[in-house]
Amino acid sequence: MLPDYLYIIFFLLLGVGFVGSALVVSWFLRPRAPSQAKSSPYECGEIIKGDSRVQFNVRYYLFALIFVIFDVEILFTMPWAIVFRQLGITAYFEMAAFILILAAGLFYAWKKGALEWQ
Amino acid sequence: MIQMVAAGLSCLGFIAVSAMFLIWLERKVSAWIQNRLGPMRTGFQGALQPVADTVKLLLKEDIAPQGIDTLSWWLAPFFVTVPSVMAFVTIPFSSRWIPRDLNVGLLYICSITSVCVLGIFMAGWGSNNKYSLLGGMRSAAQIISYEVPLLLSVLIVVMETGTLSMQGIVQAQHGLWFIAKPHLALAFLIYLISATAEVNRVPFDIPEAESELVAGYHTEYSGMKFAMFFVAEYTNVFIVSAVATTLFLGGWQGPFLPGVVWFLLKTYGVISFLMWMRWTLPRLRMDQMMSFAWKVLTTLALVNLLVSGWMMVR
Repeated sequence: MLPDYLYIIFFLLLGVGFVGSALVVSWFLRPRAPSQAKSSPYECGEIIKGDSRVQFNVRYYLFALIFVIFDVEILFTMPWAIVFRQLGITAYFEMAAFILILAAGLFYAWKKGALEWQ
Repeated sequence: MIQMVAAGLSCLGFIAVSAMFLIWLERKVSAWIQNRLGPMRTGFQGALQPVADTVKLLLKEDIAPQGIDTLSWWLAPFFVTVPSVMAFVTIPFSSRWIPRDLNVGLLYICSITSVCVLGIFMAGWGSNNKYSLLGGMRSAAQIISYEVPLLLSVLIVVMETGTLSMQGIVQAQHGLWFIAKPHLALAFLIYLISATAEVNRVPFDIPEAESELVAGYHTEYSGMKFAMFFVAEYTNVFIVSAVATTLFLGGWQGPFLPGVVWFLLKTYGVISFLMWMRWTLPRLRMDQMMSFAWKVLTTLALVNLLVSGWMMVR
């Protein structure tokens, strides 16, 4: 029996090979006719104004922060979910308390307006 | 060893054929819904259209705009496509046809498919284009927001079965599919909505809204790199539908027909449903979409988690 990770590494190499070979094959086949106008970034045919890397809306960071909290929470819940039938009712209430604290945090963020886009 | 190589290569072949088939199907379904014919010229009912498209994209010039971030520009197609190939390691096509039944299979699929968002953001950042950057940012925000209800609804299946192995989950549904149980039916609904958002499809296609962002994060990509984004998109649609089939619709189980036929029938059924939604519904606004994810779906998924946990442990 081969180890599980060997399969994952093999599929990783396969994926890289798939994309890489597609790019290499097209590198041999495709035409090359570069020009100044062609290589300007697309902006509906207008002459581009300013830098493309504009300032982000700060909202994106807020959502990212809330996401990190919930993602870690789900990772903590995953092992509990697998064994909680054996652990019985005590484990259920412990996890319920954990989830309710998080839900209270979500409610706080909601009331603070962190979930509003504008 | 030979088994591993054979499984890997057949998965790769399946990905290519499936992506082509889905592109054809999408064009046909959209045509039928809009009361037109769709591709008809190449082959029977335009069946060779994706092949013609591939050849065309192979022969297209590869244009890179000025001022790109070279590293992320080049790595983005890899970061988008490679995870969707890697997810196939543990997709159970039938009782025997699974490259490897990992004991953390479900967690592995969920985590490896969320790597895609890195590639999408790299494409948006690397392109030096305002539309691409906006599309990439929106896409990242959307995918991480819908990841939370998606994982919360997946958790309920884990609680029900007590295993993360994909084959174990399918076997637990022997006799009764999980969608037939009320709390899991709600989880299925939450999963389906979040999965639609995860693969950036209408009504959650604001990252690539044609009418305002041209094509979002892949506006500047052309030739084979663009084709890679397309393959990844349709492979991800297949993966989320295959996971939905495995978790809620009984996987490869079913009477009379062999398992792999049942699995593909159910998966393509879910995909057809997603296509039907795409060509029927209008697009949501950004603020509506984000508040729907956090205020409605996450709350609903948390309540569902607590209630179904109580029902199981009682």
